[in-house]
Amino acid sequence: MTDPLMLTGMSLALFVIVGAVALASSILVVSMRNPVHSALFLLLTFLCVAILFVSMGAEFVGAVQVLVYAGGIMVLFLFVVMLINVKTLPQEQKFTTGSLVGVLMGIMLFMILAIILGSGKWAPTVNDPDNLKTATMVKTTPVVDANGATVQTETVTREVVGNAEAVGMALYRDYLVPFEVASLFLLVGMIGAIVIGKRDLHASEEEAIPDFIAKKVHDEERLKEVIGA
Amino acid sequence: MPSTTAFLLLSALMFTVGLVGVTVRRNMITVLMCLELMLNAVNINLVAFSQRFSSLEGQVFPVFIITIAAGEAAVGLAIIIQLYRLRNTVNVDEVTELNG
Repeated sequence: MTDPLMLTGMSLALFVIVGAVALASSILVVSMRNPVHSALFLLLTFLCVAILFVSMGAEFVGAVQVLVYAGGIMVLFLFVVMLINVKTLPQEQKFTTGSLVGVLMGIMLFMILAIILGSGKWAPTVNDPDNLKTATMVKTTPVVDANGATVQTETVTREVVGNAEAVGMALYRDYLVPFEVASLFLLVGMIGAIVIGKRDLHASEEEAIPDFIAKKVHDEERLKEVIGA
Repeated sequence: MPSTTAFLLLSALMFTVGLVGVTVRRNMITVLMCLELMLNAVNINLVAFSQRFSSLEGQVFPVFIITIAAGEAAVGLAIIIQLYRLRNTVNVDEVTELNG
């Protein structure tokens, strides 16, 4: 059976160029010393991966990748990099024994993965691209007679077309509970981030008043004292 | 070479680069970025298999993985900011109290 992802001509050229850019920029993320540069190369990597998703026919995942990763997570990273004054931090050591061990570990992991990929022993290809573009939407409406009793149910079946709609159907029908758990997870994560990131949990009211306001209040009281005297 | 293998090879390379980054880099922000890189490599893997087996599951799980990555980045960066306020450092080697 033929490979559904078979690359020929233009798609091969696209894969080679975008894949090479993605790989090169991911290596630059690791090797850049300034975190701002790392973050910008990470953005380039995310966009290249989004292009790869679209070229594989997963338009919805590509769109989510651009919106959430390139739009949300990157802004968060850049904010934190700018909140932390990188210039005042001590420079990282260029080369340590730890980095040698890390690179060796990476090479070993890649060799293991390459051996597994080279063996090609995975389940046979299922070549039915319609599965990814269509899903059946069943809508049942009861038909009620004059006395208010249900006589029959009318079933309407509609084929959804397009990757985004098919993924949406899968998300909201087959994976509804995980989807809701994910939203709960986001709520918990948001509360956690706010609580952890707060300046001081037990700050008293007086400390929370900014200096210039406190000074003004003090000046007014002083003025009252002088006038009163 | 079958093209699924090409995508999987790219994903394996990106995962390896991310792992090396996590172990080599000492700046906590960069370590988090390398974690995001690894999660992205896994997403490529899932979408490639989704096409190969004509199954939508491989495109539903990346959505969840992206959600988890967003939560992880938010909490991790909050921890980094608080650490920077308390200790004036974001170096992984200087925060070793939990070693016991």
